[in-house]
Amino acid sequence: MVVQIIQRAVMQGIPLLFGSTGEILTEKAGNLNLGTAGVMYVGGISGVIGAFLYEQSVEVLNPALAIIIPVLACLLGSLIMGLIYSFLTVSLRANQNVTGLALTTFGVGFGNFFGGSLIKITGLDVPSITLTRTSLCFQKSLPFASKLGWFGDVFLSYSFLAYVAVAIAIICTIYFNRTRSGLKLRAVGENPATADAAGINVEKYKYLSICLGSMIAGLGGLYYVMDYACGIWSNDAFGDRGWLAIAIVIFAIWRPNLSIVGSILFGGLFIVHNYIPGLTFASQELIKMTPYVVTIIVLIVISMLRKREFQPPESLGLSYFREDR
Amino acid sequence: MSRQAAIELKNITKTFGNIIANKDVNLTVYRGEVLSILGENGSGKTTLMNMISGIYFPDHGQIFVDGKEVMIKSPKDAFDFKIGMIHQHFKLVDVFTAAENIVLGLEEKGRYNLKKSVKEIQKICDQYGFELDLNKKIYEMSVSEKQTVEIVKVLYRGADILILDEPTAVLTPQEIKKLFSVLKNMRADGKAIVIITHKLNEVMEISDRVAVLRKGEYIGTVETAEANESILTEMMVGKKIELNIERTDVEKKEDRLVVDNISYVNHEGLKVLKNVSFTARSGEILGIAGIAGSGQRELLESIAGLRKLSDGTIVYNNPQTGKKDYLRDKTPVQIRELGIRLSFVPEDRLGMGLVGNMDIIDNMMLRSYRKGKSAFLQRKAPKDLAEKIIDDLEVVTPGATTPVRRLSGGNVQKVLVGREIAAAPTVFMAAYPVRGLDINSSYMIYNLLNNQKEKGVAVIFVGEDLDVLLQLCDRILVISSGQISGVVDARTATKEDVGLLMTKTGGENDGE
Repeated sequence: MVVQIIQRAVMQGIPLLFGSTGEILTEKAGNLNLGTAGVMYVGGISGVIGAFLYEQSVEVLNPALAIIIPVLACLLGSLIMGLIYSFLTVSLRANQNVTGLALTTFGVGFGNFFGGSLIKITGLDVPSITLTRTSLCFQKSLPFASKLGWFGDVFLSYSFLAYVAVAIAIICTIYFNRTRSGLKLRAVGENPATADAAGINVEKYKYLSICLGSMIAGLGGLYYVMDYACGIWSNDAFGDRGWLAIAIVIFAIWRPNLSIVGSILFGGLFIVHNYIPGLTFASQELIKMTPYVVTIIVLIVISMLRKREFQPPESLGLSYFREDR
Repeated sequence: MSRQAAIELKNITKTFGNIIANKDVNLTVYRGEVLSILGENGSGKTTLMNMISGIYFPDHGQIFVDGKEVMIKSPKDAFDFKIGMIHQHFKLVDVFTAAENIVLGLEEKGRYNLKKSVKEIQKICDQYGFELDLNKKIYEMSVSEKQTVEIVKVLYRGADILILDEPTAVLTPQEIKKLFSVLKNMRADGKAIVIITHKLNEVMEISDRVAVLRKGEYIGTVETAEANESILTEMMVGKKIELNIERTDVEKKEDRLVVDNISYVNHEGLKVLKNVSFTARSGEILGIAGIAGSGQRELLESIAGLRKLSDGTIVYNNPQTGKKDYLRDKTPVQIRELGIRLSFVPEDRLGMGLVGNMDIIDNMMLRSYRKGKSAFLQRKAPKDLAEKIIDDLEVVTPGATTPVRRLSGGNVQKVLVGREIAAAPTVFMAAYPVRGLDINSSYMIYNLLNNQKEKGVAVIFVGEDLDVLLQLCDRILVISSGQISGVVDARTATKEDVGLLMTKTGGENDGE
């Protein structure tokens, strides 16, 4: 049963990992994107639209195309969200919190609208879209994993997107700490005036990291539909995973490698109620609350430690204009 | 020695909206020299230099580097022409190490290898005599260390034209000496150095030539050897002004405020004031010297009743009643109700002293609103006071109803000082009252403090310019890490004496 809990925790954690890594990348450039929930939602529905159109157009799915089309659709959808956010906050210097919240509202509405439309097109009675054939392509895991006992189950039994998530998080960690470009990006988030004076193109770095961050977060939405939910989209099923991803950013103190641990832990806390016998409906909700309680505890501990390295990027949430005095 | 021009500016003009920051400025900087740019606040010194370092772009005019006309559109262009600027507000990332800050933004060939860079940076430090721990984080550094990082940064980028914007404003005399010796090394190395300042004595000490700006216009350049302080002041201000502070002796002195053994622990649990004792006398200016952040602010705020002390007593000898009043643990309102007239000019003018968005009249009322009897405001008296202050102190403002925020720093300070003096205080405390003020306004403030002293007020003056402290005050209290490291007689002490006390730790109160 422990193995099963770990497996479920990882599957629950991967969308959060995509979301939190994307958000960390964005926040490292000094932009707090509270629209992550909306971005992930749009990423999910865009993938669904891509997969739906492809499934409708052919009799037999080509496994490669069945993966590439939804992934590209998802990246495109979330990129557009990222562009909207960066245009508003970087070029027009709009308030980041307001823009982010608006983006979440917009993203969820956008997703529900197209979700509803697709459901109508299918003409079925159930309030959901089923893309089992595409989902099966996404869910393929290593064939020899099941032969390796618990080791295979715990580490090798997941679909490729899960490994992509972990790889992105590790690459981001290396990028931040070991590359010249990563140093520049961190400088932009900490102190854009300094970065500017050092000859770094602040706007370019902000745009790139916001857009890349949004695309990474969008993949979280896609993973949720195609792997976790087995290809079934129903409106609002995604829940508050976007907010959980933002909470993980704080839990991971802005380090993508810690967010791997954080995501799986939060994923585990999210589903552990299924494995505790004798819970009532109400006490289940209490246990689902634990990730947020953990985040609050982490916040308290961080502020008590007063260590500068654990603090958010210094100019997080502030817009930058060179000739401001 | 034939002089080779490093930078030549021709007819540079820059405007911000309707304000002309620089108008037809012509200037030449040679290699192997230190050129001072001298000017009052708002004379366009920093704007001019920002155009050379690529922060701003001139409206018209030409810039020549090594005889060739160039366009400097961004800080990166400036680096390419080997121009490096050390800004007044350091451009450093706090959570990075010194080395990370130094390599930031630099396009080097090969892999990113910090260890290799550290070795190369160390070489530069050794060459010019900088003492710097390259793996230390910026937020753990003192101001002087941060400045060193900035200088090493531009040198590491290969700059041979260095611009320093008010580099000495935040340093102790010892640190200034160190900086100047480093600058001299660089000058000997053939670098062109420009230093922006408004301290005349430093200009005389370090520079070879002095260029003077007034209200955005270029007035002229003189050889330092042929200049003296009064010539330079005249060029800077446009008229002769008296630079001597007249220190009078007041015959009758009484102990007005006796601070005994006070300690204060801040909200982070740090003991910011440790067993501080001193006496402020009427008819005397008591100077407080110390490195910024040594507890000066907390000390004044404790006396004003804004901080809760953990230990000690503050006694006020009331000249009207002849009684002793205990000020500790009293709020500002309670202090006022005792009939104690305490005026306080805090260092944070627009944060604690005035409300930026309110006009001058309303700001006057902040101190007197309790006098009103009816529920409605009576604006007549504050309006008269505001107009009187504007007249007497030559406040430059469109009118008494202009929001204070729109005034320049010096004028804001005049409004605040004027209001506090109008309250006819018996104790007058001022923290850095001339910070950011030009020479003219500074001397006006010094004179106001002197007037107060002559009226028998006990004046407490926290300053940063040791020359001024020594000229203006009667006694100087030196504070170091929250402790009194010494009290000296300002008539006999030297700058070095005070400078040493400022850095002394664990000092005792050795009386007078």
